[in-house]
Amino acid sequence: MPGMGGRMSTVIKAKISRLLDKAEDPGETLDYSYQKQLESLQNVKKGIADVVTAKKRLQMQSQKLEQSVVKLDTQARQALAAGNEELARTALERKNVAQTELQSLDTQVTELEAQQQRLIDSEQKLRQKIEAFRTKKEVIKAQYSAAEAQVRISEAATGVGEQMADVGLAMQRATDKTEQMRARADAVSELEAAGTFDDLTQIGPGQDDIDRQLAQLSSSSEVDDELAKMKAELGAGEGGGESKQLGEGGQAS
Amino acid sequence: MIVRISNEGQYKLDDGHHARLDELDDAVVAAVSGRSEDGYQRAFEELLHFVRTEGEPLDADDLEPSEFILPPPDLTFAEAGEEFSGEGLIPDPVPPSAA
Repeated sequence: MPGMGGRMSTVIKAKISRLLDKAEDPGETLDYSYQKQLESLQNVKKGIADVVTAKKRLQMQSQKLEQSVVKLDTQARQALAAGNEELARTALERKNVAQTELQSLDTQVTELEAQQQRLIDSEQKLRQKIEAFRTKKEVIKAQYSAAEAQVRISEAATGVGEQMADVGLAMQRATDKTEQMRARADAVSELEAAGTFDDLTQIGPGQDDIDRQLAQLSSSSEVDDELAKMKAELGAGEGGGESKQLGEGGQAS
Repeated sequence: MIVRISNEGQYKLDDGHHARLDELDDAVVAAVSGRSEDGYQRAFEELLHFVRTEGEPLDADDLEPSEFILPPPDLTFAEAGEEFSGEGLIPDPVPPSAA
């Protein structure tokens, strides 16, 4: 089969046979091989813990952004109720940016979770294979001649080695994803540090130069729509008789 | 023959399925080198589906090595492209040299 799978299995098999070629005494090889497998398992466990920690940090950031979205929405309503449409618009633009980041972060957290689950599954299979190897190694030691043992070790070790490579791949993918997300999260942190999601009543409208940039970042039509909707809701709340649909129908352009 | 789907598990397939597996694999290669993302998704999904439905899952404590190792099911089109570039299974056509 000419696919990428073929290439991968060839690489794995070559690595394992190189390892086994160095061996002289089968009994010793078996014990050494098992020892190495256990060490690898420890590394895998540590790797999984790192991925989990990174994910938790990103989830915390996501929660902070969620709070910002709620806060900015509240401020937009308050500003509008007080008749300050400009401030309301600024708040909505910032909310829009925060929301976009939040969605992207959440999507990535979900993807990372799937990869993490695969990593954990693969690690469990590795543990089972190592355990099977341990049993098999005692049988091989007791029953087979040196030459025959060599062949059987090779087979068994290949099975474990393949699973180890599989865990390695799962780990690589989860780590790559974490790195990608960290880069994104750092960008959000910079926005936060610049005061993008800060309390608007303290900054005031249009007083920092990020407002202009934010207006460009956030979709103005979305902000317009939301502003109109908010107006309609407020109108309905105060006037009582006004229809909630009032502001929405006229927003076609 | 034993086929592994990376990050999923190993499946035992009848040796008679080799030709069909080869066909499905070629279709993935063709879609990737033809830069068709939809085609890749379809072909790769079909390949995985074939292995899952025609194969018997191997026990986790089975030490048999796989004859073929397929990439993880969530391999993206971009990742597939990386797999196929570089030393490449099917190298891109060499553009005519400017020199």
